[in-house]
Amino acid sequence: MLETLKFYMNFPFVRYALIVGVLIALCSSLLGVTLVLKRFSFIGDGLSHVAFGAMAIASVVNLTNKMYLVLPVTIVCAILLLKTGQNAKIKGDAAIAMISVGALAFGYLLMNLFPTSSNISGDVCSTLFGSTSILTLTIRDVWLCVVLSIAVLVIYVLFYNKIFAVTFDEDFARSAGTRADRYNLLIAVVIAVIIVLAMNLVGSLLISALVIFPALSAMRLFHSFLKVTICSAVLSVICSLLGILISILWGTPVGSTIVAVDVVAFAICWVIGALAGKRG
Amino acid sequence: MAYLTAKDLTLGYENRVVVQNLNFSVNPGDYLCIVGENGSGKTTLVKTLLKLQEPMGGSVELGDGLARNEIGYLPQQTIVQRDFPASVREIVLSGCQGRAGFRPFYSREEKKLAEENMARMGITNLANRCYRELSGGQQQRVLLARALCATRKVLLLDEPVAGLDPKVTMEMYDLIRALNKEGITILMISHDIAAAVHYATHILHIGSKIFFGTTEEYLASDIGRLFAGHSEKCLEKGGEAHA
Repeated sequence: MLETLKFYMNFPFVRYALIVGVLIALCSSLLGVTLVLKRFSFIGDGLSHVAFGAMAIASVVNLTNKMYLVLPVTIVCAILLLKTGQNAKIKGDAAIAMISVGALAFGYLLMNLFPTSSNISGDVCSTLFGSTSILTLTIRDVWLCVVLSIAVLVIYVLFYNKIFAVTFDEDFARSAGTRADRYNLLIAVVIAVIIVLAMNLVGSLLISALVIFPALSAMRLFHSFLKVTICSAVLSVICSLLGILISILWGTPVGSTIVAVDVVAFAICWVIGALAGKRG
Repeated sequence: MAYLTAKDLTLGYENRVVVQNLNFSVNPGDYLCIVGENGSGKTTLVKTLLKLQEPMGGSVELGDGLARNEIGYLPQQTIVQRDFPASVREIVLSGCQGRAGFRPFYSREEKKLAEENMARMGITNLANRCYRELSGGQQQRVLLARALCATRKVLLLDEPVAGLDPKVTMEMYDLIRALNKEGITILMISHDIAAAVHYATHILHIGSKIFFGTTEEYLASDIGRLFAGHSEKCLEKGGEAHA
């Protein structure tokens, strides 16, 4: 098995996939804790469908770099969703569901009306499940991913205390003079960036898993915000590393393998948490 | 000079007026209870005092060197907090966020302040415990310690005893009175008129009729007699139960 692995490691695209996979897993799990706690678990799903719709438009108008359209559209939607979260006429979960299925429908419609290749269902499938795109990354994609991930990490560490404060108690944070709306905006932008990045890895249907599973697993085991955040990041990295390796060795689809490993990790954490809870 | 002065304050939301012509002031060392029925605008008043929302008319002026972020706020619990994985120390320390400003990490002094306030609230032994595993009374002490990290002058408490059992309620009231004796000005929203007239120096009653004055004046007023007269009996009964 190790021999096979060594053999595959000789290919640059395998190394790229591993680097990008780990970075995306790390970034998505960090904000996952905040999103789960703020009751925004489904925002990953909603935004990734928006990104799918934007991607469809980008291919129809034949943009050379789809990122220029996908990223801004997703960021705008993220801001709208998180901003209207508290006191909107349409409540958070309904707004997310609306934008999510709406974008999905329009994306698929556009792809069918203006087909750019002969294999539409293949295109749709790979955008939804990210089946092959992670193995076709170029060195430029990898660098983009590295730079954005470092930016996300630095922002998260610098604003860690503020993010905690705003997540735990927005009213108190605002009363203490923290500009909660600005931090919500920051969270929205960062999560949009992560989701657009992660579309390459697991596709738009499975992104939620990357965001919520590590956070939920960590919350079974630990009781302080710092420990939960660190544990969730570590878990997420291990799971996606395992997932990518398994998919390389056995030829399974990358995205769904990573998510399957995440689910297994959650089950294990849940059992450990339950046992520890009984003893304590 | 007063810490807080409300002048002809009109409160409401979404163009609906809830309270009109509210005038009151809070001086250093006061213990003001804000009472009134459900929907009378108590929470709206709190949010306006904290500048979380703008008044529809009138103004709230700060004086005597009080800055807006020097009001320590104890909000009502939200659903989010009920299963929040955070240690007591992390939550109390987050009370220092106003002091920290744009600085990303807490300083040694701020950490010391958090420890002091945990000791003050008698929760030092809980510092590493998870917030969601604590009892209601312990959770309130944690949030009170956090509010104390934000202020040395004024505490604004939004129904601090909601959902607590009678014994813990009494402890909470004693704790708040002790803080007031130490010189911290207290503004408290309460449903409990009996406790309000027992502990507070001033009463603000909002609703269809508005009253503001000292507790003695309140008890002598028509509206005070109507509400507090009934509650007084309840307190006597309650007192017997505690004894």
